[in-house]
Amino acid sequence: MVCDDNARLLHGYLDGELDLVRSLEIEEHLKSCPDCAQELWNQRTLRKAFRAASVYDRAPAGLAERIRAGVVQQQDKGAQQEASASAGASVGAAEAAEEREAPKKAPVQPIRVVTSKRSAWNWLAVAAAILITFAVSWRVAPELSQRRNADMQAGVQADVLTEEILSSHIRSLQPDHLYDVRSTDQHTVKPWFNGRLDFSPTVRDLSEDGYPLVGGRLDYVDHRAVAALVYQRRQHLINVFVWPEAKGNEVAMQTKSVQGYNMVPWEGEGMYHCAVSDLNKGELEQFTELLRK
Amino acid sequence: MVREQSRGPGSGASGAVGRMAMAAPNAGSAERFTQAVMPHLDAAYNLARWLVRNTHDAEDVVQEAYLRAFKFFGGFQGGDARPWLLKIVRNTSYTFLERNRPAALAEEFDERVHGQDAPALDAEATMVRSVESRMLREALEELPVSFREVLVLRELEGLSYKEIAELAGIPIGTVMSSLARGRERLREALLRARAKEGTRGL
Repeated sequence: MVCDDNARLLHGYLDGELDLVRSLEIEEHLKSCPDCAQELWNQRTLRKAFRAASVYDRAPAGLAERIRAGVVQQQDKGAQQEASASAGASVGAAEAAEEREAPKKAPVQPIRVVTSKRSAWNWLAVAAAILITFAVSWRVAPELSQRRNADMQAGVQADVLTEEILSSHIRSLQPDHLYDVRSTDQHTVKPWFNGRLDFSPTVRDLSEDGYPLVGGRLDYVDHRAVAALVYQRRQHLINVFVWPEAKGNEVAMQTKSVQGYNMVPWEGEGMYHCAVSDLNKGELEQFTELLRK
Repeated sequence: MVREQSRGPGSGASGAVGRMAMAAPNAGSAERFTQAVMPHLDAAYNLARWLVRNTHDAEDVVQEAYLRAFKFFGGFQGGDARPWLLKIVRNTSYTFLERNRPAALAEEFDERVHGQDAPALDAEATMVRSVESRMLREALEELPVSFREVLVLRELEGLSYKEIAELAGIPIGTVMSSLARGRERLREALLRARAKEGTRGL
């Protein structure tokens, strides 16, 4: 039988919702209590069963369309009511409907007027642009092609880096590869890197925003040891790789999707950062915004 | 013990919706609305399906919930639309159940009947080795709605305790207890089902 005191907390622990002190207490308890350890194991098996696709009921085809149609209908109804209310009782329903249509048609004509008035200026602008382009390419073209070579090199470097980071992320998801230090506490994770790296990564706790910190580990990217911080969003894990900027070794990575993973890189505080996750792009970007604050 | 202090039952779902202004949707907002909430249609349907336990009713509930959400969209503060939408889906589901299946809400879980065989089993027999989706679905379907709800929100939607607390209008501590009891009941139901099929353990 599971110890009564811990039965409830075991679930908080399973869900990653306990604070660090309680988590450590439970971990300590689990070492000496086979019943609770077994119960935790049972619950994890149960959780795996929930992950099976056939437990989640997805919306049937056609529902989205029906909802869209309903929303448009309701919007029209709302606009109609608004129009007839503002036009007063004397205005009939047909006129109200016309009024509702009006704003949609309105923008077309004024634009045409503006275009014809401006066309002379536009031609001048085009002519000027052509002149400037000639002047610039004459002087700057050799420099540009040099820079383009450098850009291409940087691009190749960025691609290699992207691949490295992605592999590290995928490797980290394999059993027992995710953490060297497992803790939800930034004041445990950050000091852990002391003596293991020649820089100190910024570690923020974003659990308030729904991105709890779950741990950190050492990784190897861009020919050097880097910090990898692990955050979580629902069931998605996010790796944030952090390493110092190096002069003469600028990398120009870009936000992109590779093999179903999203990557958001940024520079700041003298460091390169790159967040990787199977989380959707919108939320991942929101997460990086929070980290950069 | 748990990170967040509960906000108490006062912050219940109906309260928050009630505070929102009944602003008439302006032209163009339909597009903004669908962009914000359509990506969460599966989540909305999944929750409704598990609450009303019927696919046709779930579709009706989701359609109604979306129309209500559209009406209240002026009060949506931006950010993650999913918990906001799920709260409306939950309220709509409960309204549906109250009107059409009051028995489903009133169902009491008799612990003396359902809880009796579990303590008699030894550790080996209570071990959960693997669970078939079909059995899990059946067991989940039979749980009282309050347990089913927190399990769906946590295990299928991955919401945090804080989000569940806000959504269901219960304290965070209650979320944890409901999950603990819900999972315990679920496990017992699975063991009973497996016993019926004649195998020890799961």
